[in-house]
Amino acid sequence: MTPTSPDIAVRLENVAVRFPDHPSPRTLLFNATIERGKVTAITGASGSGKSTLLNLVAGFETPDEGRISILGRHATDVPPALRPVSVIFQEHNLFAHLDIATNVGLGIDPALKLTGEDRERIERALRDVGLAGFASRLPPTLSGGERQRVALARALVRQRPILLLDEPFAALDPGLRQEMGDLLAALQEKEASTILLVTHHADDVRRLADRVLFLDDGKIALHEDADRFLRRSEPDAVVRFLGARPPAS
Amino acid sequence: MASIVGIALFVGAAILALSLAATVETAGINRSNAVFDAYVWRIARFTLIQAGLSTILSVAFAIPVALALARRRSFPGRIWIIRLMALPLGLPALVAALGIVGIWGRQGVVNDLLALIDLDRPVAIYGLAGILVAHVFFNMPLAVRLLLSGLDRIPGEYWLVSANLGLSSLSLFRFIEWPVIRGLLSGIAGLIFMLCATSFTLVLTLGGGPAASTLEVAIYQALRFDFDPPRAIALSALQIAVTAALLLVLRWLTPPVTEGFTTGRPVRRFDGRSNIAILADILVIAIAALFVAAPLASVLFSGLASDLPKLAADAQVHRAIVTSLAIAAVSAGLSVTLATVMLTTNQILMSPRRPGRFAHVFSGSVAAGTSLILLVPPVVIGAGWFLLLRPLGDVARFAPAIIIVINTLMALPFVTRVLAPAIATHAARTGRLTTSLGINGWSRIVLVDWPGLRRPLLMSLSFAAALSLGDLGAVALLGSQDMVTLPYLLYSRMGSYRTTDAAGLALLLGTVCMALTILGTARERRPERAS
Repeated sequence: MTPTSPDIAVRLENVAVRFPDHPSPRTLLFNATIERGKVTAITGASGSGKSTLLNLVAGFETPDEGRISILGRHATDVPPALRPVSVIFQEHNLFAHLDIATNVGLGIDPALKLTGEDRERIERALRDVGLAGFASRLPPTLSGGERQRVALARALVRQRPILLLDEPFAALDPGLRQEMGDLLAALQEKEASTILLVTHHADDVRRLADRVLFLDDGKIALHEDADRFLRRSEPDAVVRFLGARPPAS
Repeated sequence: MASIVGIALFVGAAILALSLAATVETAGINRSNAVFDAYVWRIARFTLIQAGLSTILSVAFAIPVALALARRRSFPGRIWIIRLMALPLGLPALVAALGIVGIWGRQGVVNDLLALIDLDRPVAIYGLAGILVAHVFFNMPLAVRLLLSGLDRIPGEYWLVSANLGLSSLSLFRFIEWPVIRGLLSGIAGLIFMLCATSFTLVLTLGGGPAASTLEVAIYQALRFDFDPPRAIALSALQIAVTAALLLVLRWLTPPVTEGFTTGRPVRRFDGRSNIAILADILVIAIAALFVAAPLASVLFSGLASDLPKLAADAQVHRAIVTSLAIAAVSAGLSVTLATVMLTTNQILMSPRRPGRFAHVFSGSVAAGTSLILLVPPVVIGAGWFLLLRPLGDVARFAPAIIIVINTLMALPFVTRVLAPAIATHAARTGRLTTSLGINGWSRIVLVDWPGLRRPLLMSLSFAAALSLGDLGAVALLGSQDMVTLPYLLYSRMGSYRTTDAAGLALLLGTVCMALTILGTARERRPERAS
């Protein structure tokens, strides 16, 4: 048994996921210790296993081998809802036919039994993400950036210590990316939460990350401070990643 | 343009004949009070009641089945259950009726099983019960497929977000599944109600008498048995009024299709993992599969048990096959040609950035033409022409031509639905390129249009042929000893209690129609490679 430390948010020990049905059958293998209270960027080329790593922590993917512990507790077989995590995807985080307050409210109680105090919390969370007064609007009437902020507000009311973000800015324009990034940084500072951020943009790493997990071909190739990672001139995979400016959309 | 005028004339003449006959008859005998008598109103009421009940039962049955199939993304045989749900679509109503009697009839499997526990054959099929069972047999699978495709459009992220938030099965139903179902429900229910309100063959064979008769069947009986044109006219007018009202309501009900695009994330669901939930879903899916498969199996087995060699040597059967195939081939060809001409003309006229007034009028009349056919059911058109041609001598002489035209028109809405998107996509892909290269006339057809549209054309041809082959309505009204199609022969052998013959014929007809429908609705197996 590895000793647990209060500074560790997530620990992956020899976690293996096999994809036997894949055109080229392969196994992803992860060993990592992710620090608490920090923003860790998970990067790498497409298909390197970034989302699988996030899904393992979220509970959407079950490892074929190894063990996962979250905040010192064994979590391998814990269902997604009982893990101390909130997840935000690139899009479709909100139920399009339910209004904003209901979407946020589901983060407080999944059967939507809300007290007056709960409703105040929803109001406050929407205010925190700059969407006061949006409570009764429907998601399709909001911009992509506003919808992602609602998802963030829901994560706020859920009060889970770990936030998992799977390319949360990928569908946004550069200006909005910047805005969302700033908001995320401000919230992280305030709540001191642990954030795992899957991204394929070097800019996100520069702006937000304390630490970087760099994946290459289904394995963790590097795990180090963001400053050091951003100064790297080898290996080639990292240089390619850092050099590749995001295409202007 | 001529084709649309033709359709309008053909349908219009039928309606005109009906209304003219109405005025002549009513003026002559002065029985205007008797036209809309109690009998007619009772028939109209029964038509609507059976359609309403059929719709409610079909949808209520379909919802749990669709939910269960959407929840269980991968179990062995899932794809076969979904294919099974597509089969009734291609089955001629008459063949289905025979299969349903084989299962639910007095000598059927269900009563046989109930006899084992000392019940004296309690299930009586003829009447309202039979009509309902048959309509559910046809429409529950339809509703399942439509609901399932709606549920499949739910973004995969929804299930992950729900799992992360910890939504219970009840919450999932309330917040995700039910809103999707509710959005589709009015359109599906409207469609099913329409189909059941204009159902002819099933009511004719399973209604079992005047107590359970719909407007269409009553029109047929008024002309073929009672020879009471005023009554047929009154019934036809009511039928048109009912379908017109339904079409209006349908247009009003059908919500705009919101095609939510997803990131293509494979759907993974985390709900319903308890043993009870799994067992309940297995049970629901098994009951639905059994309900649909049993009549099909009954047709298959009693067909195989019949004296097939004797049927194969029967000259009457030969003639019926030739007649049916000829009618099906001609009307399918006509239908597809008509639709292609109308759609391509429409495409050419509407392609400029600002189409002229004529283009708008034409485009509008294409849409109106196809809905006119839905408005006036085949039996009503047949009744109109029956009255129109009666003064010219034996109606049977004109029967083949009239039946071909009715079958052509009947298939037109379906053919248009398959061809319209295909032709639009084809034009968008190739239109500018062929114009800029100056490819015209015959070489355009050979090099560009035929290769691009071959598949949808053959598909719609095949589906139209299946519709025509299985049709009993037109031929029941206009057929005679010299004009016997396969369904007509099957119907008369059923009527004369030559049940083994009927079973063999049903197997033959069912197999041919099913094969044609499967060809006609098969999707592209592999998605096209991205170019």
